[in-house]
Amino acid sequence: MLRYFIKRILLLIPIIVAVTIVVFTLMYLVPGDPAEILLSGTATPEDVELLRETMGLNDPYFVRLGRFLSDTYIHFDFGTSYSTNQDIWTSIKDRLPRTMKLSLATMALSALFGIPLGIYAAIKQGRLGDNICMLLALVGVSIPNFWLALLLILLFSVNLGWLPALGIGGIKYYVLPALSGCVGGIATEARQTRSSMLEVIRSDYIITARSKGVSEFDVIMKHALKNAMIPIITLIGSQFGFIVGGSMITETIFSIPGMGSFIINGVNSRDYPVVQAGSIFIAAFFSFGMVLVDILYAAVDPRIKAQYTKKKRR
Amino acid sequence: MADTVYERAKNPEKIKKDTEFRRVVKQLSYNKLATFGIILFVVLLVICLMAPIIAPYDYQAIDLRNKSQTPNAEHLFGTDNLGRDILSRVLYGGRYSITMGIFSLMVSLVLGTILGSIAGYFGDWVDNIIMRALDIIQSLPGMLLTIVLSAVLGSGYINTILALSINGIPGEARMLRGQILKVRGNEYVEAAQAINCSKTRIITQHILPNSFSPMIVQASMGIASRIMTASSLSFIGLGVQPPAPEWGAMLSDARVYIREYPHMILFPGIAIALTVLSLNLFGDGLRDALDPKLKR
Repeated sequence: MLRYFIKRILLLIPIIVAVTIVVFTLMYLVPGDPAEILLSGTATPEDVELLRETMGLNDPYFVRLGRFLSDTYIHFDFGTSYSTNQDIWTSIKDRLPRTMKLSLATMALSALFGIPLGIYAAIKQGRLGDNICMLLALVGVSIPNFWLALLLILLFSVNLGWLPALGIGGIKYYVLPALSGCVGGIATEARQTRSSMLEVIRSDYIITARSKGVSEFDVIMKHALKNAMIPIITLIGSQFGFIVGGSMITETIFSIPGMGSFIINGVNSRDYPVVQAGSIFIAAFFSFGMVLVDILYAAVDPRIKAQYTKKKRR
Repeated sequence: MADTVYERAKNPEKIKKDTEFRRVVKQLSYNKLATFGIILFVVLLVICLMAPIIAPYDYQAIDLRNKSQTPNAEHLFGTDNLGRDILSRVLYGGRYSITMGIFSLMVSLVLGTILGSIAGYFGDWVDNIIMRALDIIQSLPGMLLTIVLSAVLGSGYINTILALSINGIPGEARMLRGQILKVRGNEYVEAAQAINCSKTRIITQHILPNSFSPMIVQASMGIASRIMTASSLSFIGLGVQPPAPEWGAMLSDARVYIREYPHMILFPGIAIALTVLSLNLFGDGLRDALDPKLKR
């Protein structure tokens, strides 16, 4: 298991380097001259040219790419922000944990409510409870999370005054953001859990378990759910990307100084080093999450574990 | 029926379409929610496209004497902070939001289909290169990729469609590749190869028509998710810019007035949710109709 884990972590390195190159190339293609942005239009053409030269903007693409990669991975230097002149790594150190907290809370809430709801709907298949759950889930999938965030602010902050609408602080500042992010997740996970439960519930081994006289609870929890988990975990993995992306939007609504608002402000003020570094960290966080999902697979499915141990023996 | 391999190879679409298409429509008609979904979507689309005829007011006419009215008989959805009629703006906004979803889906479907068919049909190193490249694109969360792309391309209607399209290519390509791998082994493809059909012909005439149904499911869901992403982009200030009445941009404008005039955030959001819901209902029903495993 440990070797599998290490192997997956090591495989992350080429992916993140590739992402770095992609993001750098995209930023390279952005129209507009960083030197001009920095000097904000008042400088003479000679000043701009001088700055271009000192920043190395006149160098060819590959030279700049090489310099960027060595700065990032060898010197661990992400540069300074054009607009605030702050060291980017210092900002990210403060901001990344907030985005991680929000995304993980959203993920946890989605699974915590989505999976039981799906199980319930599958047990009650075709009956009223199932229909209500699935209709609600469909509505949940269809509500844009930023609109839901606004509605939640309207209800809980403006009208009831129970929860803060903006900023960061204690745990109560994360309630509304996580809530607005998790509704889509709950709905998707409930739908997936239901359909994979339904697929499993008809298998022979479930009938066998029932005929052995295993209690219905054990049949569902031990026999059916365990086998239905694989597609659910796949879904949780693919949800993760949505949730991280959604958190970026949610952060801007709730004025949480996390990675999302960092990158989006960077895009709006054409602060490219910020966008570059921010994207790389989000991609790394996302890829690391996917590795955890892969490991979860191995933990849940003995077939995958066995595959791996066979390889080890060889 | 003379359903020989030769007949199929000679005229594959006709026979296939007849049965497959009819079966799907028949299955769909049993599913009332899906039928409701597609009807709702078409109605919404038609209403929005006919906005110049239907809309009661000019969507950009500023009327400061009647600003920030709550819904009333004259302004069914009320007016915004500049006195513009929200109903008219929502109607015009649909033209942006829905068409952005449809067009970007079409672009990524075409490009994804080309990439996916090449990868799936030729296999080997071609497949490897294409799939690894798509892997890299997909190791950025979709929203982040769209944000970065719209930074590169700039804001505006066409650029947002492009950003959404590029973001959607990997998904479409993957789906199609999977389909091709599934269909490739079938006898009619073998038969077509035996009578020396060209590869392009096999892909366009034999494989694509048979991958049609999952493509439609993915398309309806795809339009829905793109409408959401497009409006989120406009909401955070990328995408389509105000004063254009794109739904997300309207919400972004209205957000400032959430305390004073909450009705401003209500209607654009309902419009997005309703459109997305109609497409999801349809896609869901269609998937059930197509999936033999779910027929119980």
